[in-house]
Order: sequence, then C-alpha cells, then structure tokens
Amino acid sequence: MSKSNRVLPGFRITMAFTLLYLGLIVIVPLTTLPVESITMGWTAFHRTLTDPRVVASYKLSLGASFVAAIVNGVFGVLVAWVLVRYPFPGRRVIDALIDLPFALPTAVAGITLTTLYAPNGWLGAPLARHGLKVSFTPLGVTVALIFIGLPFVVRTLQPVIEELDLQVEEAATSLGANRWHITTRIILPYLYPAWITGFALSFARAVGEYGSVVFISGNMPMRTEIAPLLIITKLLQYDYAGATTIAFGLLVISFVLLLAINGLQHWTGRRLAH
Amino acid sequence: MGIEVRHVSKTFGQFRSLDDVSFSVASGELVALLGPSGSGKTTLLRIIAGLEQADAGTVLLEDSDATHVNARDRGVGFVFQHYALFRHLTVFENVAFGLRVRPRGRRPTEAVIQEKVHKLLALVQLDYLGKRYPRQLSGGQRQRVALARALAVEPNVLLLDEPFGALDAKVRQELRRWLRRLHEDIRLTSVFVTHDQEEALELADRVVIMNQGRIEQQGSPEEVFERPATAFVMNFLGSVNIFHGRVEDGRAFLGPLAVDSPEHAGQPPQPATGYARPHELDLGRADTGGGLWARITDLNTTGAVVKVELTDDEGRLIQVQLGRDAYTELLPTAGERLYVTLKRVRVFLKDEKP
Repeated sequence: MSKSNRVLPGFRITMAFTLLYLGLIVIVPLTTLPVESITMGWTAFHRTLTDPRVVASYKLSLGASFVAAIVNGVFGVLVAWVLVRYPFPGRRVIDALIDLPFALPTAVAGITLTTLYAPNGWLGAPLARHGLKVSFTPLGVTVALIFIGLPFVVRTLQPVIEELDLQVEEAATSLGANRWHITTRIILPYLYPAWITGFALSFARAVGEYGSVVFISGNMPMRTEIAPLLIITKLLQYDYAGATTIAFGLLVISFVLLLAINGLQHWTGRRLAH
Repeated sequence: MGIEVRHVSKTFGQFRSLDDVSFSVASGELVALLGPSGSGKTTLLRIIAGLEQADAGTVLLEDSDATHVNARDRGVGFVFQHYALFRHLTVFENVAFGLRVRPRGRRPTEAVIQEKVHKLLALVQLDYLGKRYPRQLSGGQRQRVALARALAVEPNVLLLDEPFGALDAKVRQELRRWLRRLHEDIRLTSVFVTHDQEEALELADRVVIMNQGRIEQQGSPEEVFERPATAFVMNFLGSVNIFHGRVEDGRAFLGPLAVDSPEHAGQPPQPATGYARPHELDLGRADTGGGLWARITDLNTTGAVVKVELTDDEGRLIQVQLGRDAYTELLPTAGERLYVTLKRVRVFLKDEKP
C-alpha cells in the first residue's frame, strides 16, 4: 500500500465517517419516503400529488416561503449592516435578539403572532380598520415565516460585512464613485454570495416550518393550508402512504430549488473565493 | 504649486495628530512624508486626499482651495498600503473602475476605456494579467494594479500611503526603483508616506520629516541627512552614537571627548549632547588626543562596510563602520583595545529634545 504524503492525515477514515454519518442521518430516512409512497401504487401516487388541495398547499408553502425569504433578504442586509457598521448603545442586546427566533419554540412564536395580528390584537385591530387582515390569511403565513427566517440572513451576512474593508470604499471614492456606485458596484456584488446562502437557508427553513404557522394560518383547505400541515393531517388519519407522498413531492421541489440556488452561488462565488 | 497645506490641525479625541502643519509640493515633485508611527504623516496624506477633514487650516490643489471639496471630486489618486483592490473584479475592471463611474457626459466610450486600460496595464507591466482576479496576484503585482487604477482617472496629484509597507524586502527594492523611473517618465506631483528613512532618502526629491504632529525639517535627502536641523532628525535618519556632556566657551565636552562647537560659542555653559554616525568615527592604535579607548566586543566583516562594536571603560556602547580599505589597513581583532576618534560630531543643546 502506498503512503500518501498529505499534511493532514486521516482522509480515508474521515471521509468514510462522513459518508456513514450522512447515510444514517440524512439519506436512509429520506429514501424511506419514496419507498413508503410507492406502496400505494402509481395511480394513487399521481392522484395524491395532483389533488387540488395538495397543489394549493404546495403553492402556498413555496410561495409564502419565497416571499418571506425575499423580505428577509432585503431587511436582513439592513439589520446586519447596521449591527456591524454602527456602534450604538444597546447593540449587543439587539444582536442577541436576532437569535431569538432560533431559540423560541416555534409554537410560542405562532401563538404570539396570532394574538398580535388577530382582528382584535394590538397590531391586528388597527390593520383590520384599514381593511388588512393578517391572521388566518396567506399574509399571516408569510409574516410567521419572515419571523423565523430572519436570523439566517443576518447571521450569514454579518461576518462577511465585518470583512468588508473600509479602505475599499475609500479607494472607490477617490476614483470618483458616488454612493450609488459604491453600493451597486462594490458592496452588493461583494455581499452577493453570502446573501444567496442566507436566502437559501431562510427559504429552506420556511418550507419546512410547521409550529409557528399552524396557529396564524387558520388552516383553511385550499386557502391557508401549508404542505407540512397537510402531511400531519394525513398522518392523523393513518394515511401513511399519502403523507409520505406529499412529503416526497415537497422534498423533490425543495431539493431542486436548493440545488439551483447553490449552483447560482457557486457560479458567482468562484470569483470571490479567497 | 501642486499641493499646498496651510496651518492644518487635526485632533482625534484627546490625541493631537497634526499641530499647525504647513508645507507645499511643487508640480511634478516627488515628496516623502517621513516619520515614526503616530507622527501624523498618514493623517496628513488622508487630509490632502479628502478622506479625512482637517479641524483647521486649508488645502490647495493646483492652486485652488480644495478644503471643502469632496474626495471624489479632488482629482487625487490614492494608493493604499494594503492595496484595497476590488476583489470581485478582474485586474482589468479594477483599473477601468474610475472611468466607468464617470458621469454619463464625461464617460469614455468602451473602445477608449479598453485602449486606456491596456496602456496603463502595459505601463505597470501587467497587461498579460488583465483577466486575473486580485487574489491570484502577488503583493508587488497587486500594488502595481492599485497604482494603475489610481492613474486611470488622470489625477493631478498621486498620494501613496506606505506603498511598499506590506511587501518583502527584495520586492520593495525593485518596486521602489521602478516607481522612481515611472515618476521620471510621467512627472506627476506625488507624495508618499513612509517610516523607512532609507526608502525616503533613496526615492524622494524632497523629504518632509514629521514628529508628534509637527514638521521637524524638510529639504532634499542630502540636506536632511548631512545637516539635520534637530536631534530628532539626526536620530531618526539612521543609527547614531550619542555622547552626553556640556558646551562651554565654544567647546563641547562629551565625557572623555572634547570637540570644537563654534555654533554654541555665544551661549552660556549648559548641558548638551553630541551625535555621530558610525561612519563618522575612526579607529587607531595610538592616542592622538580628543578621543577615548574602547575594547572591541563585536566585529562583523560580512558586507560592504565592516561593522565594529566597542565598549569603553564606562560601559558605553560605540558603533563604528569602517570602509573595507580602512579595515584592511588596521586589521583589528575582537577583544583588542583601540583608540576611537570623531571625524565629525553634531552637538545639540539639551532642551532640543530628540
């Protein structure tokens, strides 16, 4: 056997462990999904996936998650920027607050948001007077998904903004660039790969979110019913094959989307890799 | 006049970074701002560039008042110590940046940009690297890209902040010589900041020496080296031997040494310090008067000059540099007692703080 001359030894054993670990934790559980759903036969499989109620829940889950990720993408950049660039009293407290949606049991978030945005809630009442209903609408679903997704964007962007050299902005200024140029030609392209990662994480988390949404959504079939809830409903009806089929569909769509986002990031990030 | 700085002061919190500084740079001149860290040289450079605002005083560029002109409208090229290249852009696009962000009316066409950037890249000898990204270049190459980028906007003035500070010794030497040649070709009014006296003396037409927010002396490299105005300048521009003593009746008595000091003839007797560079001392085997005896503690013969370190009877350390000829004539050996004389010494009174 030839001895390899790597500086860091143990490639074989760590790689083997990685594959085993990924296999046990991720791949094996996920492969049971198609296996389980196949038991119902192709026709039933196809019928379940094209059921209007299921299609509506996919649309809501993916649509609301996408919108929430976009909103977090915009405001997460602002929050991260302010937290990194400007020292102000209470910065550490606000910085710690960012992680709260991570730590809070999602059901707590759901109950809080529902109460807040209900037609008689603190925020819900004034909004209702202007004809805007939040709780028990797709808008409410989006609000909950924004809440739980924010930390992902902020936390991926913070270290990148910290690394952004002030002198680079000064260099651009001395070359005649105004603020618009510096923002669009220097800062945003620089943040882009990290932003995409934050966006993808926020989106992925939102697609799978259950706890915080079920309260605020009202769970009306065809209108405010998210895909994860539909899966739970099927499970409660002992329709395991139906549940796994819906889950499988969600899995495939999510995987394709994440793959696409990663591809986009890889494509743009190559130039920036340090 | 290319640059004129008048009575500029700047304070950061409690720290007085610049204290009523005035100096000027003639058009086409290459001036070094030389000083230890914290002397205010970089702050002064940044105020000229408009990256920092002075608390008081005015800055004139090409004879017009630029004190309140925004950095982007000053027509100043700035080169940073750590390059500050745009790492998401290619070398070509880095250099083209200043042209692309010009307002629509003054923006050159794509063809003109292409031609101009290629010309500049050729000037800094990097045209073959146009498609690379900054991280794929060496330090010296990056700094040349930064220079090309600054030159692309045709600045009236070029400012360089410790441009060779982040490079290793050999590259620094090469780049220094190359910059000197480039300056002779394009004759752009330039100021560079450095804490390396050798770099300042070798490269600049004129050297401005700063200390604690003030200008200590300015003049040609020869002038400041040969006729330092203050003890600080003497001390800062290379190694010195220091002899404490006093002046009396136009003579300085520095420990065992006694030398004439006519410039202090009219002064009352008072404490003074004598400074002599290592090459301004001589060694011999005979007591010729006015010198002191010392024992050789270290002898380094590898180099263009021979470095001799001696310790006298009072434990004073004395550094002497001998030319190779003087060395072969004397052939001193380690541990030998020799007689040290001063060929030249500069005496500063005690209140002129080094």
